[in-house]
Amino acid sequence: MRIPCPYCGLRDAHEFSYLGDAAPQRPDPAAPDAADAFHDYVYLRDNPAGPMRELWYHGAGCRRWLVVDRDTRTHAILGTAFATEARS
Amino acid sequence: MSSRYSVFSLIANAFSGQKGWTPAWRDAAPRPDYDVLVIGGGGHGLATAYYLAKVHGIRNVAVLEKGTIGSGNAGRNTTIIRSNYLLPGNQPFYEWSMKLWEGLEQDLNYNAMVSQRGVLNLFHSDAQRDAFARRGNSMRLSGADSELIDRDQVRALAPFLNFDHARFPIQGGLLQKRGGTARHDAVVWGYARAADRLGVDIVQNCEVTGFIRENGAVVGVETTRGPVRARKIGLAVAGSTSRLTRLLDLRLPIESHVLTAFVSEGLKPVVPGVVTFGMGHFYVSQSDKGGLVFGGDIDGYNSYAQRGNLPVVEDVCEAAMALMPQLGRLRVLRSWAGLMDMSMDGSPIIDRTPIPGLYLNCGWNYGGFKATPASGWCFAWTLAQDAPHALNAAYRLDRSRTGHMIDEKGVGAQPNLH
Repeated sequence: MRIPCPYCGLRDAHEFSYLGDAAPQRPDPAAPDAADAFHDYVYLRDNPAGPMRELWYHGAGCRRWLVVDRDTRTHAILGTAFATEARS
Repeated sequence: MSSRYSVFSLIANAFSGQKGWTPAWRDAAPRPDYDVLVIGGGGHGLATAYYLAKVHGIRNVAVLEKGTIGSGNAGRNTTIIRSNYLLPGNQPFYEWSMKLWEGLEQDLNYNAMVSQRGVLNLFHSDAQRDAFARRGNSMRLSGADSELIDRDQVRALAPFLNFDHARFPIQGGLLQKRGGTARHDAVVWGYARAADRLGVDIVQNCEVTGFIRENGAVVGVETTRGPVRARKIGLAVAGSTSRLTRLLDLRLPIESHVLTAFVSEGLKPVVPGVVTFGMGHFYVSQSDKGGLVFGGDIDGYNSYAQRGNLPVVEDVCEAAMALMPQLGRLRVLRSWAGLMDMSMDGSPIIDRTPIPGLYLNCGWNYGGFKATPASGWCFAWTLAQDAPHALNAAYRLDRSRTGHMIDEKGVGAQPNLH
């Protein structure tokens, strides 16, 4: 599997570290349902079989966090973007 | 119904041209209604059906399998059985599994080739020796066997290891002599045949495509072979669990990952039991055909592909070379991968769910094979009694909410690190 890094170009997956699903957003700790929201944020996953947006870190390259759109059934990469831009 | 296997049936068939054998289980078509449905015809699902019928007398049971039985992780693992866990929520469960393994063949009337050839976990530092001593003591508390052996004793057992590796010299190991291997396909076939003999329908090529809901409860499933209703429905589909619970809007604390295993060309006997490397994720045993069966880490990213990528192949082979340099002369025949249901604390879930009628068995990470008998036994108990047995009481679905995590490795809620 090779990942097209927006900065470095097409690079081997070995250069990247995986964090996981990019969808969960850190909840507001001051919200009244914060305990439930944090539980869901930390522990529950959609775990889709198909396209999934996920966070990868290009540690052996540009050291930037990426959001990679990847099909979990085939490992096909559908698109990549810097996390700072994709998650803002 | 198939007849009982014995030396007499062997002799009788030997003198009658082997024409007396009948299929080991019926090719059942799904009936419209059952007491209990088990989704997933792997080892865990079939064991669940068998213990439902045998221990709890619930025989109006069907196992629905989307492909052929044992074609998922039950046919893809590295066949290791052991009960060398640390935490109180885990160790008694796995020791019960080991006890069931020890009586399995007589119980099922099927040769599962259970071979207690020993599991040796190597340690390479003082700190790791202390940790393994603690683990060994914890094992003994549950009645399991464990021995902390020194470098010379390891050398006597496994002289082929690289004892004087510059960075990771072998200092000793934690040995569980009752651990070993079993023939994974035979476990599936044995449970299928034994369950079938008790009246369980084993329905193959029957994929679940939806759930039938009434008043919030699950009362049946839609399948590719028509609707099937049941009073209780148990999911034992490992890495595909999220695919099914997604249909119920039930989000779970699991991720599906990919784990690769390998087998080498056949050799004369060289590796006596199971050996694991303490300074990298690598384990090796030798099959009865002579091939070395080995594996390492998961790839580390979510996957449903049932095939891994080359970085992990390289990683596993590097660890192999560090532990057994002579492996470099061997040819690897095959590698393959399975779909791991990685949980947030590395421990499984056997529990009821918030949805009435639905029961859950998942989160086996990459250690589900050894658990097969106890998983089926405890899941059958939970289904039949509508409450967990003491052995699976800690495997609750809501433990992430209450904080009662069972994190053997101590890495937190990051499934790809377990």
